[in-house]
Amino acid sequence: MKTVSYKSVVWQQFKRNRLALAGLVFVLCLVGIALLAPWLSPYSPTEYDLSSILLPPSTHHFLGTDEEGRDVLSRMIHGSRISLSVGFVAVSIYVSIGILLGALAGYFGGLIDIVISRLTEVMLCFPTFFLILTVLAFIGPSLYNIMIVIGITGWTGIARLVRGEFLKLRHQDFVTAAEATGASSLRLIFFHILPNSLAPVLVSATFGISSAILVESSLSFLGFGVQPPTASWGEILSQSRDFIDIAWWLTFFPGLAIFMTITAYNLVGEGLRDAIDPRLKV
Amino acid sequence: MPPFLLEVKNLKKGFPIRKGFFSRIRGTVQALNNVSLNIQRGETLGLVGESGCGKTTLARALLKLIRPDSGEILFQKTDLVPLSSRQMRPFRRHLQMVFQDPYSSLNPRMRVGEIIAEPLLIHRQINRSEKREKVAELLEAVGLSPNFYDQYPHEFSGGQRQRIGIARALAPLPELIIADEPVSALDVSIGTQIIHLLQELQKKRHLSYLFISHDLKLVRMISHRVAVMYLGEIVESGPAEALSHPLHPYTQALVSAIPIPDPALKRKRILLAGEVPSPTELPSGCSFHPRCPYAEERCKTQKPVVKEWQPGRWASCHFVDKIGGLHE
Repeated sequence: MKTVSYKSVVWQQFKRNRLALAGLVFVLCLVGIALLAPWLSPYSPTEYDLSSILLPPSTHHFLGTDEEGRDVLSRMIHGSRISLSVGFVAVSIYVSIGILLGALAGYFGGLIDIVISRLTEVMLCFPTFFLILTVLAFIGPSLYNIMIVIGITGWTGIARLVRGEFLKLRHQDFVTAAEATGASSLRLIFFHILPNSLAPVLVSATFGISSAILVESSLSFLGFGVQPPTASWGEILSQSRDFIDIAWWLTFFPGLAIFMTITAYNLVGEGLRDAIDPRLKV
Repeated sequence: MPPFLLEVKNLKKGFPIRKGFFSRIRGTVQALNNVSLNIQRGETLGLVGESGCGKTTLARALLKLIRPDSGEILFQKTDLVPLSSRQMRPFRRHLQMVFQDPYSSLNPRMRVGEIIAEPLLIHRQINRSEKREKVAELLEAVGLSPNFYDQYPHEFSGGQRQRIGIARALAPLPELIIADEPVSALDVSIGTQIIHLLQELQKKRHLSYLFISHDLKLVRMISHRVAVMYLGEIVESGPAEALSHPLHPYTQALVSAIPIPDPALKRKRILLAGEVPSPTELPSGCSFHPRCPYAEERCKTQKPVVKEWQPGRWASCHFVDKIGGLHE
């Protein structure tokens, strides 16, 4: 008898969605590019070459050069590292916070739940982007600060999601069964409830990565992100504002990269969401 | 008489109903009202009653999954009621539960072997290297293939899942298994197999069961003694054979509703008038009086006490002498 695990069922469902699969391939390619950036980029991303300023795309510079003669392709390849690491790290931070708070609220209920739920609602009331801008204005823009600030402002959605799942699962028979056997609260939370509530968190985290990338790009565009000369997609966009009428490639390619990346993550997220739909389960 | 394995005395549990903005308590659902019962080693006590009468609450209260308001649960002479959850842990090994719904009672993300081995690991009865062997033994004991270890619950049918649930309950070598409607979610033929399995395991392992069901016929067939519950109270208890001439009018009505597969056989059906009263507002006096065909003035004001009318036969009714099947 062949064992069909839950993961393989989800993968089967996911594979049927071609767009989602394309999104996944795109994301994996991006990860590959980011990892291999120093070997893939034809030029240095930061070195000036004043002999080749604002060159349009050609066989030497596939995506052209900027106002200081730097190769746009090389800068974008290095920029992908920033985008991806911000996405992954920031989302990891806030997923951890969200799971922890949501699990505490949903599992213990009572006063703990009231305190955490109100805290979540208070956090939700802040316009997150402006909160991040304000905080960065105080502590100074840097890559790590961006990750941390997105991380500690973004957890509300995950916390509410996990709390809901915990409320739903807390009184399922299999949890009661484990409780009746003498399982500790930690065991109930980590072995029984949490593994059954992670699927929607995963979907939400996928969407979260795309929005974190967008936030980073916006911050860099506004000058609150990574500081020049470090390349990031938002930063390239920001630098090229002044040349938009004479060097279209400076804004077009980073914009396209941001757009494609966000779309790819969202497609993966949607595919995952459909694949783990309990109604499709065997 | 040998000491009881489990003795429950005057167990009470009420659930507050909260309403309104400030969650004021607007009344209580009295789910368990002075429940007393006892189970001997190797015995099956059947517990019957309509839905909503408190059977499942009783099962959960006995395992301290719900904290009782008052009363005693004596397990081998230790009162479980005042124990903290940490103090309760060593006792949990001896008291196991089989659930009604085999689909929701197994963790969908755990392999069958992990599910069955969990109680053993929690109580440190085995170390990890013995796990596979022990689980294989248990799977065989409930009539499943030992090769199912790595499978997931969704790959099994309802009957097989219920067997997995039974294997999990058997794992820590319990003394008492509380079976809460273990076959009502299954087909009749599969259910019968599960009943046979439970009976066989009882003989082999000298288990005691608290068998909860709404199926009086089934309960009579497999139990040594039967307790009948109505609105959170045990209204009658006695040996299973005695159910053919019950003492309490409620039991009489239940027994008369069992279908008999013989069209020639005629007998009196007692049809109960009205609905089960809301457990938030229990009737005065005898809680059965609004539906009782024999009710008199006295029943409305005076609550009958549970009395032993014949050796081993208890009932709470003022008129057992007049209406009960004492002399049949």
